Amino acid sequence: MEILNALVALSNFVLIPAIAYGSQLALGALGVTLIYGILRFSNFAHGDTMAIGTMVTILATWGLQALGVSLGPLPTALLAIPVGIAGAALLVLGTDRLVYRFYREQKAKPVILVIVSMGVMFIYNGITRFIIGPDDQNFADGERFLITAREFKEMTGLKEGLALKTTQGITVITAVLVVALLFWFLNHTRTGKSMRAYSDNEDLALLSGINPERVVMVTWLIVAALATVAGTLYGLDKSFKPFTYFQLLLPVFASAVVGGIGSPLGAIAGGFVIAFSEVGITYAWKKVLVYLMPESLEPSGLVQLLSTDYKFAVSFVILIIVLLFRPTGLFRGQSI
Amino acid sequence: MSGGDGYGDRGNRDLSIANAGGMGEDSPVHEGGHAFVAPGGPFLIGEAMTGGYGRGADILHGCTIAVERGEIAVIVGPNGAGKSTAMKAVFGMLNLREGAVRLDGEDITGLSPQARVRKGMGFVPQTHNIFASMSVEENLEMGAFIRRDDFRDTMAQVYDLFPILKEKRRQAAGELSGGQRQQVAVGRALMTRPKVLMLDEPTAGVSPIVMDELFDRIIEVARTGLPVLMVEQNARQALAIADKGYVLVQGRNAHTGTGKGLLADDEVRRSFLGG
Repeated sequence: MEILNALVALSNFVLIPAIAYGSQLALGALGVTLIYGILRFSNFAHGDTMAIGTMVTILATWGLQALGVSLGPLPTALLAIPVGIAGAALLVLGTDRLVYRFYREQKAKPVILVIVSMGVMFIYNGITRFIIGPDDQNFADGERFLITAREFKEMTGLKEGLALKTTQGITVITAVLVVALLFWFLNHTRTGKSMRAYSDNEDLALLSGINPERVVMVTWLIVAALATVAGTLYGLDKSFKPFTYFQLLLPVFASAVVGGIGSPLGAIAGGFVIAFSEVGITYAWKKVLVYLMPESLEPSGLVQLLSTDYKFAVSFVILIIVLLFRPTGLFRGQSI
Repeated sequence: MSGGDGYGDRGNRDLSIANAGGMGEDSPVHEGGHAFVAPGGPFLIGEAMTGGYGRGADILHGCTIAVERGEIAVIVGPNGAGKSTAMKAVFGMLNLREGAVRLDGEDITGLSPQARVRKGMGFVPQTHNIFASMSVEENLEMGAFIRRDDFRDTMAQVYDLFPILKEKRRQAAGELSGGQRQQVAVGRALMTRPKVLMLDEPTAGVSPIVMDELFDRIIEVARTGLPVLMVEQNARQALAIADKGYVLVQGRNAHTGTGKGLLADDEVRRSFLGG
């Protein structure tokens, strides 16, 4: 019984939140890794791309809610995601046309594009705040829980409850679908293969008749979709605040680098590594330990390694460790 | 702002933010140009070409190379003579300041490399001529990228020409030996069923035995009537199979003639063939 209770507490407070958060990070990191593999730079504007995609989704959700449209137990935002994707796609394609293409034509070195993307990041930052404001927005509706803690306790008779939020379920299912779709696209379609070819060797792609501008366009479209889905899932699960999305850049980058930047599989693995570390290190383990340890050894403190305020330090430390000891990441990255 | 000059390449080797591997080095002709009719002359000719990479100094100075239907033309010359540059110029991988490229009675100087592929040109560059992270079969598929029809028979022909590739078709091309990689590279270029094949040092870095084998395969390809324009380091062997030979020196035509004629020419032998 004690062990079961410990397991339930662990699932409730660590495993389930970390899996949901890891899925969101993985989707974000996939976008970063695609840009890195194909456009060859680290896109610092990715966090804010997620913010803008989510913002458009939220505006569309409010519109749908005003019209009285709803998905019943599911959040209305799921219906609004295509609008968000379209908004983000317009934005990134416009940015590419106005900004990135100029540098591409000059054959600018990747590091210059990194700095350019930082400038883009500040502009996006401003646009988001200008339109929706800097405040928290809660846009989740529908059924809040699949299983509440109380229902779980009544069902099992355990002392610990296990709550499963609707948004957590949706996050994981959506992430699995999106990732499967992306891998199928990259490995089995003509356009997907041409993207991998371009990533591998630009000049030879040209000699094979692959149009680089088309590859770049498709990449931005996919990235816009990934960013919007990741951002919306994060917003549903927690809440939408422009500054939080800007901060998400760090764990998203850490995920991509830990997994091996440029490798889509690595981005997913990295997302979960970062999420589990972050949640695990900032969780107060007392509750779980009390069930597992004999009474005499029970911890008196919270057994929380780091306050949640410092959760970003976790990604940062992991990032540094990986760069020091295994710069290519878990999966060898660089080319998708 | 020309490719990060003045930054001393700082930061570009930091793989956590910059991914310079596989980046294009050429400055190809832009999309959107047009071809126009220009009858007469050889099947493919780069005529009086002058130009270089980006905004750098000219490498080619009025250089002319051509190949006729059903023939093999070979370009030889010392290192740095601009042989590879001349090939790239013919393919539109760099902007010409002067001169013209004509294919099959059309002036294609304004066409981008992709458009030239569509016109029926196939090119195997000297280095980085395979998609290393993709399988052999995917390399061939990418070769056939512009084809919307069923290209399985062409793939079968390539596998007949290079049987080892069929065996290794699921393997990543980057894991193959030097000679096998060159076979993948030539196979990729053949997948479009080109009207003319351009090879830039197809035997670079392979053992003598593999080299003979590759030469045999190239002659086999040429016998099907496909014109081949080739740059070669092994000048003697290459000129022996060439219908036409070009000796380039410092971006200029030094000698032009039939392969056998050049081999017999005293001056060519003294300066380029080692006596």
